[in-house]
Amino acid sequence: MLASNLEATIVDLLRLAVTDLPRDVSNGLEQALQKENNLTAKNQLNAILDNINLARQNSIPMCQDTGIQIFYVTVGSKFPLLHEIPQILENAVRRGTREIPLRPNTVNPFLHKNPNDNTGLHIPWINWKIIRGTDLQITAFPKGGGSENVCQLAMLTPGKGIRGVKRFVIDAVIEAGAKPCPPTIIGIGIGGGADICMKLAKEQLFRPVGQRHPNRKVAKLEEELLEAINATGIGPMGLGGDTTSLDVHIDFAMRHPASLPVGFAVQCWAARRASAIITKKGKVKFTSHKVD
Amino acid sequence: MVTYELSTPISEEDVRKLRVNDVVYISGTIFTARDEAHERALDWFISNKALPIDPTGLAVFHCGPIVRKVKEEWELVAAGPTTSTRMEMFEDKFIEAFKIRVIIGKGGMGPKTARAMKKVGAIYGAFTGGAAVLAAKAVRRIIDVAWLDLGMPEALWIMEVERFGPLIVAIDSNGTNLFEEVKAGVERSREHVYKLAGL
Repeated sequence: MLASNLEATIVDLLRLAVTDLPRDVSNGLEQALQKENNLTAKNQLNAILDNINLARQNSIPMCQDTGIQIFYVTVGSKFPLLHEIPQILENAVRRGTREIPLRPNTVNPFLHKNPNDNTGLHIPWINWKIIRGTDLQITAFPKGGGSENVCQLAMLTPGKGIRGVKRFVIDAVIEAGAKPCPPTIIGIGIGGGADICMKLAKEQLFRPVGQRHPNRKVAKLEEELLEAINATGIGPMGLGGDTTSLDVHIDFAMRHPASLPVGFAVQCWAARRASAIITKKGKVKFTSHKVD
Repeated sequence: MVTYELSTPISEEDVRKLRVNDVVYISGTIFTARDEAHERALDWFISNKALPIDPTGLAVFHCGPIVRKVKEEWELVAAGPTTSTRMEMFEDKFIEAFKIRVIIGKGGMGPKTARAMKKVGAIYGAFTGGAAVLAAKAVRRIIDVAWLDLGMPEALWIMEVERFGPLIVAIDSNGTNLFEEVKAGVERSREHVYKLAGL
């Protein structure tokens, strides 16, 4: 397996992610359109679906905000290019920025300077998991700014319990209103610590729409919150309607006796992600999209 | 709900007849401006420096597009709206300084902007957030770009558009604000929503 092949595969992943929405998300939007009663909301959903199809057909980024580049990497300790992955990802991001193209979205917070290639200190950001084996699993997760700006953290007192979690989530959705480009996907992480619950929350954003948590209690909470959120009336783009979120995904970790941290992460309707498994010999299998 | 076709330069009279929930398509010249371009434009206005474009009667688009250079020409790839509330801190002064008639964005704007729109005669047109390919389809060409030193998203892109829309009038020149009305409705539902979640 050559580094240049892996780089090309990651550029493919980035292109797939920003131009072709996974079917679970576009199907979720279509189902929402069927159920929607508000006329303005229907118009907004139709515009979104037209836009998704145009992007797919012409291989153009569906949204001009192609995000900050984040990767989730689960890699076997015997994968041949293990130590070269960060450099390969960075090169792929630079190349993808030119070729796809992606909007240059990295800004130095002190100098206001944009290097115009989507890289820079700590970006692309890589979430690592090292496991036994020889395969590499990569998810490209370009994350837009509008939905990121309404993410929140709550350090609840444990006495508030799951009721406190529910209230925090509903209040956060209402506070976010039109800003994150609804219909959204909501990711919630409970427990762990301040950083851990945020990380869990964000990882929930790329669980397929419609997939329930294996734990029945958590699954029930997901359904209950989804129903409540869609009764707010915020609607697509905050212009009113029955479709505020496509799904709510929750996960949890053990908590400290003194803490009940809750992470609240938000994904816009353009819920972009693309995943592949790459073997040590360089065989590629895309797992999020059908690719000929 | 009435559908209007407007051409730039747009007059005060043109926008005074628009009402919340009307649909508007714009043809002519629009330009993009986000946080940094708003800040610089107002700095230049205070120091009596002319903007790179005469903004009178034009539409401002809250957008950081993806653009690429093909040979010597700029080509627009994707251009959906960005969240307008970030510009709330500048927009009233911006509208008053430059007599902008239409602000295009997503997510709506607040009472300060609505007041300036009432005073000067301007409207806020909501374009579907993220629908960047639909928006780019209505752009005929990029006329020019200024302030590229701010980076591609923040630069001032001047575009020729044909039937750019549909824009939903979400703030009209009476100061009526559709987003505020939806928000008020959400507030009225809050207790019912808590109840649905078993609270």
